[in-house]
Amino acid sequence: MSEALRLGAKGGDKPNTLRRSGRDPRESRTHRGAACAWSFEDVAKGSVEPQWAEVKPKEGQEEGEFKVRCEKGTFECGCGKETRSGDAAGSSSRAGEGERGQWRRVWALPLLLEGGGQDLRQHPAHVGSSSRSPHPRPVPRVTRTDPASSYRNCGLLCPGLRASWSPGPLRPSPPDSLPGAALTWAWMRTLGSWPSRLVATMSGNLTRTHAKGTQRAYVLARAPAHPRIQGLSPATPRQRRLGSAGPVSRSWVTREEVIVTIKQLTCGRLPSRPSGLSWDRVQEFPPRQRAPGRAGTVTAASPRERSAPRRRSGQAQQDLPATCACQPGAERWRWWCAGALALALGGLPPARSVEQEPGAHSSIDGFQVVTFKWHHVQDPYIIALWILVASLAKIVFHLSHKVTSVVPESALLIVLGLVLGGIVWAADHSASFTLTPTLFFFYLLPPIVLDAGYFMPNRLFFGNLGTILLYAVIGTVWNAATTGLSLYGVFLSGLMGDLKIGLLDFLLFGSLIAAVDPVAVLAVFEEVHVNEVLFIIVFGESLLNDAVTVVLYNVFESFVTLGGDNVTSVDCVKGVVSFFVVSLGGTLVGVFFAFLLSLVTRFTKHVRIIEPGFVFIISYLSYLTSEMLSLSAILAITFCGICCKKYVTANISEQSATTVRYTMKMLASGAETIIFMFLGISAVDPLIWTWNTAFVLLTLVFISVYRAIGVVLQTWVLNRYRMVQLEIIDQVVMSYGGLRGAVAYALVVLLDKNKVKEKNLFVSTTIIVVFFTVIFQGLTIKPLVQWLKVKRSEHREPKLNEKLHGRAFDHILSAIEDISGQIGHNYLRDKWSNFDRKFLSKVLMRRSAQKSRDRILNVFHELNLKDAISYVAEGERRGSLAFIRSPSTDNIVNVDFSTPRPSTMEASVSYFLRENVSAVCLDMQSLEQRRRSIRDTEDMVTHHTLQQYLYKPRQEYKHLYSRHELTPSEDEKQDKEIFHRTMRKRLESFKSAKLGINQNKKAAKLYKRERAQKRRNSSIPNGKLPMESPVRSFTIEERDLEFSDPEETHGYEAEELSGGIEFLAKVRQDTATDSTAGIDNPVFSPDEDLGVLARVPPWLSPEETVVPSQRARVQIPGSPGNFPRLTPIRLSTKSADSFLLADGNAEEARHHGLPASTHM
Amino acid sequence: MERHPAFKPCICLFQVSSDQIEQLHRRFKQLSGEQPTIRKENFNKVPDLELNPIRSKIIHAFFDNRNLRKGPSGVADEINFEDFLTIMSYFRPIDISMDEEQVELCRKEKLRFLFHMYDSDSDGRITLEEYRNVVEELLSGNPHIEKESARSIADGAMMEAASICVGQMEPDQVYEGITFEDFLKIWQGIDIETKMHVRFLNMETMALCH
Repeated sequence: MSEALRLGAKGGDKPNTLRRSGRDPRESRTHRGAACAWSFEDVAKGSVEPQWAEVKPKEGQEEGEFKVRCEKGTFECGCGKETRSGDAAGSSSRAGEGERGQWRRVWALPLLLEGGGQDLRQHPAHVGSSSRSPHPRPVPRVTRTDPASSYRNCGLLCPGLRASWSPGPLRPSPPDSLPGAALTWAWMRTLGSWPSRLVATMSGNLTRTHAKGTQRAYVLARAPAHPRIQGLSPATPRQRRLGSAGPVSRSWVTREEVIVTIKQLTCGRLPSRPSGLSWDRVQEFPPRQRAPGRAGTVTAASPRERSAPRRRSGQAQQDLPATCACQPGAERWRWWCAGALALALGGLPPARSVEQEPGAHSSIDGFQVVTFKWHHVQDPYIIALWILVASLAKIVFHLSHKVTSVVPESALLIVLGLVLGGIVWAADHSASFTLTPTLFFFYLLPPIVLDAGYFMPNRLFFGNLGTILLYAVIGTVWNAATTGLSLYGVFLSGLMGDLKIGLLDFLLFGSLIAAVDPVAVLAVFEEVHVNEVLFIIVFGESLLNDAVTVVLYNVFESFVTLGGDNVTSVDCVKGVVSFFVVSLGGTLVGVFFAFLLSLVTRFTKHVRIIEPGFVFIISYLSYLTSEMLSLSAILAITFCGICCKKYVTANISEQSATTVRYTMKMLASGAETIIFMFLGISAVDPLIWTWNTAFVLLTLVFISVYRAIGVVLQTWVLNRYRMVQLEIIDQVVMSYGGLRGAVAYALVVLLDKNKVKEKNLFVSTTIIVVFFTVIFQGLTIKPLVQWLKVKRSEHREPKLNEKLHGRAFDHILSAIEDISGQIGHNYLRDKWSNFDRKFLSKVLMRRSAQKSRDRILNVFHELNLKDAISYVAEGERRGSLAFIRSPSTDNIVNVDFSTPRPSTMEASVSYFLRENVSAVCLDMQSLEQRRRSIRDTEDMVTHHTLQQYLYKPRQEYKHLYSRHELTPSEDEKQDKEIFHRTMRKRLESFKSAKLGINQNKKAAKLYKRERAQKRRNSSIPNGKLPMESPVRSFTIEERDLEFSDPEETHGYEAEELSGGIEFLAKVRQDTATDSTAGIDNPVFSPDEDLGVLARVPPWLSPEETVVPSQRARVQIPGSPGNFPRLTPIRLSTKSADSFLLADGNAEEARHHGLPASTHM
Repeated sequence: MERHPAFKPCICLFQVSSDQIEQLHRRFKQLSGEQPTIRKENFNKVPDLELNPIRSKIIHAFFDNRNLRKGPSGVADEINFEDFLTIMSYFRPIDISMDEEQVELCRKEKLRFLFHMYDSDSDGRITLEEYRNVVEELLSGNPHIEKESARSIADGAMMEAASICVGQMEPDQVYEGITFEDFLKIWQGIDIETKMHVRFLNMETMALCH
């Protein structure tokens, strides 16, 4: 038999052909005859690691065992149960399986090397099913980190066939050639009897796991809800957890070993055939003492299983009896089949076999009401838990204001990560959760950068773009070069001891450690509040230097790979070129996607609810695209955010804009939290630590010193051109603010250990540098800034005057540049804004948005809104607006709006709204209705925030307050009217002292009469504001904001004519003839008769008197006395009693029933 | 040269570098058509200026006697190169070597330029009408903003100014308009370092006058 397979000798007539293959059968080459000899010879030398070979047995020669002899020895190959007749050992080969003339796969990996030409069977190490070998052999210990030993243990073939064991050392294989294994049911059947428990080691799906470079292996334990396999439970490599869980139907087990408990398995007919378990090594657990003479500890799985998984189900039934029948000593198997290593060389990945047999297990197990499926949820569950822990930690940090005001949050998170990592390490001795580059670059970094770009103060950014670029490009190159070269210099001096490291490695290290990190800078500088110019320079630098970092990193990494001698000047030129390609390409990709995004949001009118999604998805796509094109992804997503913002916020609805804003902030903040915490956790892993005091300390010194030198040099150059000089203290802060962070860490982890020999040293040093900069510098920068008296940024409320004057300045400056024939910064900006207005906005913005988007208008509305909310907030704070009518305050209630009121801070929704006034969506409850509403259309003339904030609620509740149908066609006009009327009202009251006394007296009389009338109609209890539904009250309050008092407009025309307009900034009491007079703020004065008003603007028809709403008539109004912009307040008898309306549903219902307005 | 009484001699305003003077002189001649003086019509030749919404105001400022320090009011018909330089020197950036007082003075002068632009009738007060005019012009660049809106904004700004300058006004108090003192108050705490400077003038300076 063995002669028949001595292929070398029989090359001529080719009785058998042996094909040596790689893992991919398509690449297999056929070696005939002599050709195969070399392959095995190579194996013997250890230079080739064949995965498998295929043997086509000659006709009539269907042996289960092949030996291949070569000079070095005999290789024994089994070809599994395809063999028809029993081999010499006669144990377990079965008939009926193999087809003649077919290729059979021979598992060549464990090709067992026996000493020169020795007969296998006489070899003492021989183990096999026949158990002829008299020498028992202990089970070799397998450790997962030692592939060589795995090889040794792999020495096995099919059960019942000859297997032998190679005592000699084999070459350790790289992880991705580690054999997979399959423990199949076929094999189990073959065994005939079952161990009580099995331990499976490592996993099957090798391509997947090893390609990821992780040590984690997946064991696809799709077993089989088979009654006899009671369950699989994860165990640590040290097998500490031995318990078995319930039946597992389909699980990805992420542990290295699983314990399978198999109960009462006997050789018998299996009800059905579950799919295979794919394990590397299966052995009985706990290992039994073997009886003498039963040495076999290694048996093999049937290779056929891998080639024919589809056939399994059908054959199961018929195979089994035959198998059992063919096993003369079935009972003996029980003893030595305890451990088995089944090879899955080139076999199907376990996942595929799962897919091929769906539901195969379901027929066995009964329905279970409750199952505990930890493995099913394990990964996402753990991730969610980590995020939760990080978020909770943030809460805890902020419990103590003292701590967070001194220690930056990023530093706290790193420390927390260290602690948690320590705990996990102590418990598990494995660092399973680390900040992997994939996780960081694909999931954690993009939200942060997008957030930074989206909320970038564009004007500031572009105004300082030159400075930023200089620092980002020249500064980073300078840092990288000087740090790398200096370290190399010191290395040459011998101070660092003996390192396997060259100049290029140092430069590579320098390039990755040089870059200032956007995440760290943001985290620290946000808490420091330096002035905005300083901030934008440091932060802009950290964002834009990504392109430089990427290029330097790639260049030096490829140089390191090439080797120092092979680097030509062409490569250097290529490196420079690639810088421009990477940076400009990344920017262009970002701009392109911003354009796309703006365009898409222009057409999302009818899908408001998914609008925010576009912002994130398309920005993320820009990131991925530039990553795909190996451009600078950070630049891409930054510029995507910068460019799209204007158009996106104009296009999407206010709610969507709020959603985008909050989601973005949430994602960014969450990602930042996770990054810092995982940085801490990642540091707890003894495997990565290599300490070299000189290297670490010098790196720290060099990066700080060269950063400072670089900043000073560049600032010196820049200050000759900059308008706003960067002073010494600015330079100090800039030097000190050069924080390194997770980007450097992720880059250093990405290094290939085979190329960069001292990777661990680099990693350790980077961690030290990151921790030092984030913790130490982050901790000290605040005191430093205070000590140096760096100009801080101050948050001011936007002022209308400031905006107007600023706009005027812009135009003046661009005009001056025009006149003097300069092409300066202002000139460019002016041209850009013209271009933007003429072309870009027309393409990218909705028409309605084009109309209403103007910065000044926005500020105007923000301020208006803020005032209104202040007013309402004051009312809410006091429980109701009753305070306004309090006589003790003499109708002037001084409300302090400047300071937050802690007592009501949390309870008061209005406080929240006031804080975020520009963002606020007052009409929260009506979101649903709004979406359906026809009102939510584009046809509005005035600013759409006004429309949303002020107009919408009225429309919402119009059935309550207006008897007139408001057709959509009128809306436009009404909006406009309301908008202007509001302002007119204010003016009106200013001049009331001058012109309006008589009119107001008239009006007062009118009010008096109305009031009397109303009092008869209704008596409204002065209830408290329902605090449980503040939002609701808001929607009602809001409605009143747009209501203007038509009476007030009488004097408008006259006022227009009068040359000098005098402003009266204080309430005039003379109009308040009524003793219970309140303050009538015209802005808030109610007016519900909108149908009439819409058609006839009141100031055009002073004769037409529109009576204020019943609410107005019933109640005595009041208003705080010192609204900055709402000061034109007139005392009157009119009421802003809408507050009462909010008092309860009953109240509303009552109003509903009442006549809403009265015409006189 | 007769000075506006409000003007103190401010050396800083008359500093423009010699290079730039030459450059500006070339430009001046180009604008004036090789004439010694420049008239309003000459500015129409500047093509880029056409899009500027407050074009007329700016051009007017060039001929404003107050800006030229030639008198408390009135408009000059034509300006010579020296006047041209005087206007240009308003946009000189603040030198780092200047002391506090000078900086404050410069700042004041710059704001005065703006103030004069607003105060078209030279009465030392920006009235509502004047303010409205300016705002309307400012916003005229955007065709979608209507006059009414612009007016409302001007009104709002005026009220804001009143509340800043006068604070809590008495009921009978009347706010007639923004005086220059009020104007300075409005600008208090607002950095104009980048807003009123043109970079091309940021060169080595030398005394031009005096």
